[in-house]
Amino acid sequence: MPGETALIVILLLPFMAAFVAGFLPQTARNTEAWLAGVVAVIGLGLSLWLYPQVTDGGVVRAEWTWMPSLGLNFVLRMDGFAWLFSVLITGIGLLVVLYARYYMSPSDPVPRFFAFFLAFMGAMLGLVLSGNIIQMAVFWELTSIVSFLLIGYWHHNASARDGARMALTITGTGGLCLLVGVLLIGHIVGSYDLDVVLASGDTIRDHDLYAPTLILVLLGALTKSAQFPFHFWLPHAMAAPTPVSAYLHSATMVKAGVFLLVRFWPVMAGTDLWFLIVGAAGLSTLLLGAYFAIFQQDLKGLLAYSTISHLGLITTLIGLGSPLGLVAAIFHIVNHATFKASLFMAAGIIDHETGTRDMRRLSGLRRALPITATLAMVASAAMAGVPLLNGFLSKEMFFTEAVENHTGSLLDQSLPYVATLAGMFSVVYSLRFIHKVFFGPDAVGLEKEPHEPPHWMRLPIELLVLACLIVGIIPGITIGPFLASAVTSVLGPETPYYSLSIWHGFNLPLLMSIVALVGGVLIYLALQRYLSSGIEGPPWFRNLKGQRIFERLLVTLSWRWAKALEKLLGTRKLQPQLRLLIGTVLLAACLPLFMGRFAPNLSAFVGFDLGFATMWAVGMACAVIAAYQAKYHRLVALMLMGGAGLVTCITFVWFSAPDLALTQLLVEIVTTVLILLGLRWLPKRMDAPELVRPATLMVTLRRYRDLLLAIVAGLGTAALSFAVMTRPAFDSVSRFFLERAYTEGGGTNVVNVILVDFRGFDTLGEVVVLATVAITIYVLLRRFRPAAESVGLPEQQRIQADFDAEQPHRRPGDTLTDYLNIPSVIMQWMFPVIIVLSMYLFLRGHELPGGGFAAGITMSIGFILQYMAGGTRWVEAHLRILPLRWIGWGLLFAGGTGIASTLFGFPFLTSYFQYLEVPLIGRVPVASALLFDLGIFLLVVGATVLILIALAHQSVRSPKAARAPRPLGPVGGEQ
Amino acid sequence: MSATIIIWSVSIAQILLALAMVAATLRLIKGPRAQDRVLALDTFYVNAMLMMLTFGIRTGGELYFEAALIIAVLGFVGTVALAKFLMRGEVIE
Repeated sequence: MPGETALIVILLLPFMAAFVAGFLPQTARNTEAWLAGVVAVIGLGLSLWLYPQVTDGGVVRAEWTWMPSLGLNFVLRMDGFAWLFSVLITGIGLLVVLYARYYMSPSDPVPRFFAFFLAFMGAMLGLVLSGNIIQMAVFWELTSIVSFLLIGYWHHNASARDGARMALTITGTGGLCLLVGVLLIGHIVGSYDLDVVLASGDTIRDHDLYAPTLILVLLGALTKSAQFPFHFWLPHAMAAPTPVSAYLHSATMVKAGVFLLVRFWPVMAGTDLWFLIVGAAGLSTLLLGAYFAIFQQDLKGLLAYSTISHLGLITTLIGLGSPLGLVAAIFHIVNHATFKASLFMAAGIIDHETGTRDMRRLSGLRRALPITATLAMVASAAMAGVPLLNGFLSKEMFFTEAVENHTGSLLDQSLPYVATLAGMFSVVYSLRFIHKVFFGPDAVGLEKEPHEPPHWMRLPIELLVLACLIVGIIPGITIGPFLASAVTSVLGPETPYYSLSIWHGFNLPLLMSIVALVGGVLIYLALQRYLSSGIEGPPWFRNLKGQRIFERLLVTLSWRWAKALEKLLGTRKLQPQLRLLIGTVLLAACLPLFMGRFAPNLSAFVGFDLGFATMWAVGMACAVIAAYQAKYHRLVALMLMGGAGLVTCITFVWFSAPDLALTQLLVEIVTTVLILLGLRWLPKRMDAPELVRPATLMVTLRRYRDLLLAIVAGLGTAALSFAVMTRPAFDSVSRFFLERAYTEGGGTNVVNVILVDFRGFDTLGEVVVLATVAITIYVLLRRFRPAAESVGLPEQQRIQADFDAEQPHRRPGDTLTDYLNIPSVIMQWMFPVIIVLSMYLFLRGHELPGGGFAAGITMSIGFILQYMAGGTRWVEAHLRILPLRWIGWGLLFAGGTGIASTLFGFPFLTSYFQYLEVPLIGRVPVASALLFDLGIFLLVVGATVLILIALAHQSVRSPKAARAPRPLGPVGGEQ
Repeated sequence: MSATIIIWSVSIAQILLALAMVAATLRLIKGPRAQDRVLALDTFYVNAMLMMLTFGIRTGGELYFEAALIIAVLGFVGTVALAKFLMRGEVIE
């Protein structure tokens, strides 16, 4: 198996397994754990197998085309540093899976847990293996989203929801900044490929955009790694199940930030700005995190703040900008992952066994949990930096670097003191953790009697602690080679000489370590009084809650300011909205006109035709009066709109667009009927306000202002349209269509060929929308409750029914039967004629005006006519109309034609045409587009008829219409 | 000679039809009753159909006749719907 295959397997396997895991039964705890474990083992095994290829700066690379038009490729790339991270992610992932198997209660929905867990593993692997920086940003956001789901796993818990939301808001915003930063890098370098970017360090550092790019990338990294002042999301993320914390906050999530910093270190570090931002953020986080950790009462809270502090340490090392600092940073990334994962797991065991994580209630557990206590003690010692453990080595390297002079600034000068102080604090909180929980008298009042957990649950901690010990005692032969390959891959030829030995002689760093250890113990003793008082949080600082500030900020931004803006600019009235909209448009249109020159081509006024002009005057009058009457006289407005529409149709004909005219005409007819159907259910006619109370001066003025606005905007639009249309035509795309319609689409009706062939995909999208709209209307109308005033029978029907009842020789319903009796017969006879017309329009659509849409509308007019002639009951007793099936078949035909072309190896919706010899008719052109058009025809008929019937059924369903002899089934006829 | 006659008569016919449309529109706008308006709209449709026919004669294109045909076959649907609405208060019962 070549390296490329291994890489893609490492990346894809977790995602596929996540998909599978999500569908396993709720109780499949063991299967889930096995699945996740096997995935982690395979990932780990493949990573280890790839190791020989990544030593000495070697790179395994696999590339697939992604968006070649944008120069983007999907690149997987593993070098020594990415290798180190993949091993951490899969290795610690494996241990966490084992631990989680015993930690998760059988009542928890485990499929969700393992599915998210595996997806997170995949996202993290994708991030570290990305060889394309855009792709890296995508996986970066994916880790934010999946971590949101993991932190909020117990979503019945308010604190879990809040913590998850906060983590997502902060890391997600950072991710967006990162994306912009990455785009800027791509702009500077000219490529998004990581290898190219890594080779252009000087270009980036010397570019004008260096500062904004750096700040954006750093915002991404620092939010993810919970650096001050973005640190506060991390403690709240502790509401997650402990395995999640152990994974996210030791080896993965928060390490993504420092991963990114190390990744871009060769190209962005080494400047004053870098030192200032990264160094200051790291140093303040280191100190504050450690200080806060001392005063936590929650076990996981203590570990969370210590994580923040250690991340600050790593960030500081990266910020120094010296190669040796980077070596120490990478080394500490690994060390921190091992001891912190084991400590989180130990905290989880304590929680599991005692039922609490509150250190005020825990005490003397070393008698009940002797092995766990020993393991936790070793891990804490590593965290505190006690010699012969791995934490000591990297901390010693940090002290060495801190003493070195880098820039000579105040920040640099204070470094050794701050480092020592932070070292003392870390001794204090490690000591406190051990002393408070495991020593002292036995705890009283615990919910459970604590005893050692199952051995398999403890095994991950044992392995991790063993690693801490081995690395701490013989670093050179255990971690040495792997660290070397990681460092070489980042620094290349700049790799400095460094020594991993434990004893460097009696020097300043060792002295600092001793001071930190002794000082830490002394501070702990001095703080006994304050700590035993049981107050949560450090003195003074505890009043300053990051969460409170964050939430205030969010409320202000997303609620108060939004509300204020809405109050300022928003309105629920249609008139002010339209006024704003049209006024803005007017201003926007006037601006370029004032700056430029408005020169319509007036010589276009030739060939004035009196007949046409009169007709247009009629059309305009209809349109204006329809608008005027729209509010108080709906029926009049509707009829006038019909007149205006008809004039439009004639205009289309006049200017040789028969296709448009045909379609417009048909749509006009259907629209009239549909609006009439709806008119029945609208509230009763409103009385003009003048009749109620006289218009005041203000109202009159307002109306004239609106009228003026309308006239100006309308005339302006007309003038602009005129100016555009009288201009000499550009060499637009239409010539392309005109030339190729017959040669490539096989039809002479260019409009139809464009619709069903050139832009077939577009049409497919449109008809899908049409189908969706029809179904939505159908569904909405099924539960439609008319307004109380329009529920009853219309006035006319009441009068006619009373008349029928009064007259001795008439029976009820006679008026209805007699009404339009002869026209009804003709209308019923018209049905076949209309079908033939529709078929005619459909079949010749490819050559001459017509086509699926026009034919479909014609056909649905035929149906409408039947409904009007015979009434709903008569039609549905005689005709089986299943509009939903029409829609379904239409979609199948249209989509199927498209897919069929892929079967022959052509792109989706490629059309094919051919002349066929048909008996009797002769040579006819047959294009596969005709089938597509058939789909459109079916769909248009189905959609129109579905809407129509849904409206028509309202009068049947209306309660007063209880005269119905039998209840009607659902409109679609589909049970 | 005959071409001149046709051109002239078609132009006059078009102007007259347009005037007929104006008349129909006046009724459409003025009313006074809804029934008058429905009739006016129907007249409008008929005029439009005839207008299309004159176009067809003027240009010799067949497509205009088809447009006229469609108005002739389907144009009455709107009128029927309106009539039904006025008489019964709803279009489809």
